[in-house]
Amino acid sequence: MNQVSQEGLIDWAGPIAEGALTTIEIAVLSYAIGLVLGLIGASARLSPWAPLRGLATAYSTAVRAIPELLLLILLYYAGPPALTAIANALGFAGNVTINGFVTAVGVLAFVQGAYMTEVLRGAILAIPGGQLEAANAFGFSPWARFSRIVIPGMLPNAIPGMSNLWLILIKDTALVSVIGFNELFFTIQQAADSTRAQFLFYAAAGVIYLAMTLTSTALFARLERYVRRGQPATEEA
Amino acid sequence: MEFSWLSDPFYQSYLLEGFINTLLLVIVSAAGGLALAITLALARLKGPRPLAWCIHGFTTVMRGTPLLVQLFFFYYGVGRLLEGIPGIQESLIWPVLRDPFFYGALTFILSVGAYSGEVIRGALISVPPGEREAGRAFGMSPTQVFFRLWLPRAIQLCLPTLTGEMILLLKSIPLVSTIAMMDLLQAANIIRDEMFLVYEPLMLIAGIYLAMTVVLTLVLRQVEQRFPGMRPTRGRRLIPGRA
Repeated sequence: MNQVSQEGLIDWAGPIAEGALTTIEIAVLSYAIGLVLGLIGASARLSPWAPLRGLATAYSTAVRAIPELLLLILLYYAGPPALTAIANALGFAGNVTINGFVTAVGVLAFVQGAYMTEVLRGAILAIPGGQLEAANAFGFSPWARFSRIVIPGMLPNAIPGMSNLWLILIKDTALVSVIGFNELFFTIQQAADSTRAQFLFYAAAGVIYLAMTLTSTALFARLERYVRRGQPATEEA
Repeated sequence: MEFSWLSDPFYQSYLLEGFINTLLLVIVSAAGGLALAITLALARLKGPRPLAWCIHGFTTVMRGTPLLVQLFFFYYGVGRLLEGIPGIQESLIWPVLRDPFFYGALTFILSVGAYSGEVIRGALISVPPGEREAGRAFGMSPTQVFFRLWLPRAIQLCLPTLTGEMILLLKSIPLVSTIAMMDLLQAANIIRDEMFLVYEPLMLIAGIYLAMTVVLTLVLRQVEQRFPGMRPTRGRRLIPGRA
């Protein structure tokens, strides 16, 4: 029995590596989309136009109040019929079908965007108002003010929150296995079931995820040092 | 949209059982997890070095791996190893060791212990040492200083973060449906299978969770404001962000 499970881990190394790659693809894509959604959400929450603010608040509140697993399953099953109905209403015939990868990325990005909205909103609010006024006084265009003042000013405040969200996202990708998409944890489950060495394979899964999160933590620490360049050295909290 | 199953007493009993199990699991995990968190935080600060290192390792692993993986590890991995121990299936604790509730609670307690342990440790460090020295000067024993001064002051400092952790705990409960425990999501899945429905039961559950999160947030906000020495904070977000 022990012999079999030892062989099992080697035999499954290839599929597990593929699964790990898929997991990283899902995470990176959803993070990128989530970042864009977060920027849009944060701008909407800070906009002077009340309906836009209300919409963004409703989005970030509702998404953050419903469990991710539930959202994932719900959108996986309810997404295609809803999109089909919309497409038909717009005059396109036929059924919309979505594959597992797109659902996984879509749902994780949707959830990520809600949390990112809050992180970026807080970071933008923390920029001293004088800096924005100075930009206006020097005649910066709105775009120049956004790219030269708001983004660099916001990043040092946003990086810790963004790093947290990335770590949560990596761990949330494991949920995708529940809708039967072939990523890292789904592969691990298949391996564990077929070799009957559950203890070994689930421990291995833990080690792989741990390696991913620890590497990410180190990278984000370097990134934070980079965006804080030029800031006076403050107390390491 | 098909909601006729809502009036079926058979399905109502499923949903009720799922709801009660969900609440029970939240309460058990929150109580056990916070007790563990305080123990871990104290042991890491005051315990012997090797113990502190072990706890640091445990915390890193629990915070660095997905909860779903931990749940599978304990239920399928450890559960299977326990099955192999001779004589255990005849013993008195076997009904407990076979119950998915036990593994769910175990995983959540360890997880809450690791996450909140770090929060409480940080808060314990932030309490000015002068306050503890004052307690000693008044003749309190170290245990009294801990329970009457140090811990209450620390909890005061990290209460908003701790309440955020409790919301996250509530939101991770649906994971236990993957180890065949009867929670709300599992009840919804059974109804979906039997009624050939795709998403209506899930929408009901999403609504219930939304309501539970809002209620829990309001209750915890009351706790925060009633906690001795806390000033009411205005304009706090309804649902705290993940920290």
